[in-house]
Amino acid sequence: MNKRRLSRDNRNRLTALVFLTPNLLGFLVFTMIPIGVGIGMSFFKWDGANDPVFIGLTNFARMFTDSKFQNALQVTFLYTALTVPVTIVLSLLVASLLTANIRFTTLYRSIFFFPYIASIVAVAIVWQFLYHAEMGPINEFLRSIGIADPPRWTSSKDTALVAVAIMNTWRSVGYYMVLYIAGIVGIPGVYYEAAEVDGANVWQKFRHITLPMLSPTTFFIVIISIINSFQSFTPIYVMTGGGPGTATQVLVFRIYEEAFVLSNFGYASAMAFVLFLIVLLFTIFQFRWQEKQVVYLE
Amino acid sequence: MLKSILKFASPRLANRARRLPLYILLTGASLVMLFPFAWMFSSSFKPDADIFSFPIQWIPQNLFPQNYLRFWQSVHYGQLLSNTTFLAVMITVLQIVTSTLAGYAFAKIQFPENRIIFLCYLATLMVPFQVVMIPQFVTIRLLGLMDSLWAIVLIQAFNPFGVFLMRQFFLNIPIELSEAARIDGLSEFGIYTRIILPLSKPAIAALAIFTSVAVWNDFLTPLIYLNSSSKWTIQLGLRSLFAEYSADYGGVMAGAVLSILPVLLIFILLQRYFIEGIAMSGIKG
Repeated sequence: MNKRRLSRDNRNRLTALVFLTPNLLGFLVFTMIPIGVGIGMSFFKWDGANDPVFIGLTNFARMFTDSKFQNALQVTFLYTALTVPVTIVLSLLVASLLTANIRFTTLYRSIFFFPYIASIVAVAIVWQFLYHAEMGPINEFLRSIGIADPPRWTSSKDTALVAVAIMNTWRSVGYYMVLYIAGIVGIPGVYYEAAEVDGANVWQKFRHITLPMLSPTTFFIVIISIINSFQSFTPIYVMTGGGPGTATQVLVFRIYEEAFVLSNFGYASAMAFVLFLIVLLFTIFQFRWQEKQVVYLE
Repeated sequence: MLKSILKFASPRLANRARRLPLYILLTGASLVMLFPFAWMFSSSFKPDADIFSFPIQWIPQNLFPQNYLRFWQSVHYGQLLSNTTFLAVMITVLQIVTSTLAGYAFAKIQFPENRIIFLCYLATLMVPFQVVMIPQFVTIRLLGLMDSLWAIVLIQAFNPFGVFLMRQFFLNIPIELSEAARIDGLSEFGIYTRIILPLSKPAIAALAIFTSVAVWNDFLTPLIYLNSSSKWTIQLGLRSLFAEYSADYGGVMAGAVLSILPVLLIFILLQRYFIEGIAMSGIKG
């Protein structure tokens, strides 16, 4: 490296530092350092007031015998299984209908998308009223079509998680729809033109062009929707408060309670670390898969 | 004459008739999507006794705007509104200023540590909020900012996502533009303010909308930091009203309408930024 290069590097370094500093400071103090501290904290016992005590892997060992943690993990997986497949199929369906040659697409898209940006608290409350076992419109409707004993939705252990999952599917379909529309619009028209020349019908075009060309989008959506559903908190906190019993206590709810209700910062951090590992696993999986993908476009 | 018009129009009519099931399906699905909002809006103008009447009275028989008055007073809505607006404006402005500056450094300045620092930013995007929330809590307590709106500002203003979004957008601006400006004697800061920023209005608009809507709707961060009701945000006030007076259906419905309405207005005015912004940031994330 010669002198001129070195001095240019240093000058650029200084300029870059000036531009970076405002954000970098905040990023270090409120994101970067907390990540390290958070992971470190999972090896300590700490109530937030007295001195933290190093306890090695004890927090992690505790999870194997902690029935609340195991329940939370189970509920989280179940919740993910209930939301992700349905949401993806519906959002793909809506996206393919809305990229067909029809009118009012902007209006339809806006209607499907809006629940995603409406206040989660407000939306969760309205759904809680809709689900009201005795008076709610959903059950009134079910009774009016002859179902004498409709489900008790959020007030029953057996259906509470399903009820929250339905609400969340309704809320997030529009978001994944937007991602799918971007994917569909990116498919070159020549493929469809060629298929039409060969006499392919709508279903064949969807099955043999749209679906395979969208596979990178689908994979991306599967991963982020799994990650998102693993981190779902507000709808559950507002609608059921984790109940009835522990029927809707997802992992993130458990972490919140352990940290800010019971002040077990160490154990809560250890559980958050486990959540991080699960998310990381899916992310690595996604990167690996993306590398292996055949690139259709370009 | 009529014949030739029909001949001209009929393929289009036939085409439209074939698409009729599509419209029926989409309209039906749209009604399902809109149903909770329509029910909320109509209920917010009804006395409690009428809210759960079935079949649903879409147009209230007894118009009852008192719900809004009651909600407004019981949660001190004026205070909540000013707290939430303060947070949304403050965080959005800080987010835009600091992310465009940092994004400029990553996209337009070649310095040896560029890649490694950017990788750090990128890596943190994968870390769930739950990992950082406890250390953040401890930091805020050390700074003596518990129960202060500034706690929320500090925690949310430096979100790495904004830097990522801005860098990606700036990378697509041809380097020749900056170089021509440099030859004309513009400083680095001049290039940032006079060339790059004006060309990035769509991306800045998208970031501004995302950030302000996210802050407006956020529940968990205010729940952790804001204890006294005079510091609450709209979401906290609404949820506490629901938890304490869940039988005040009309009041809670009015609150729900008031917490969604500003976002609806922004969405109607600026919807193309929302949808383009998500496509821009999401797909290659």
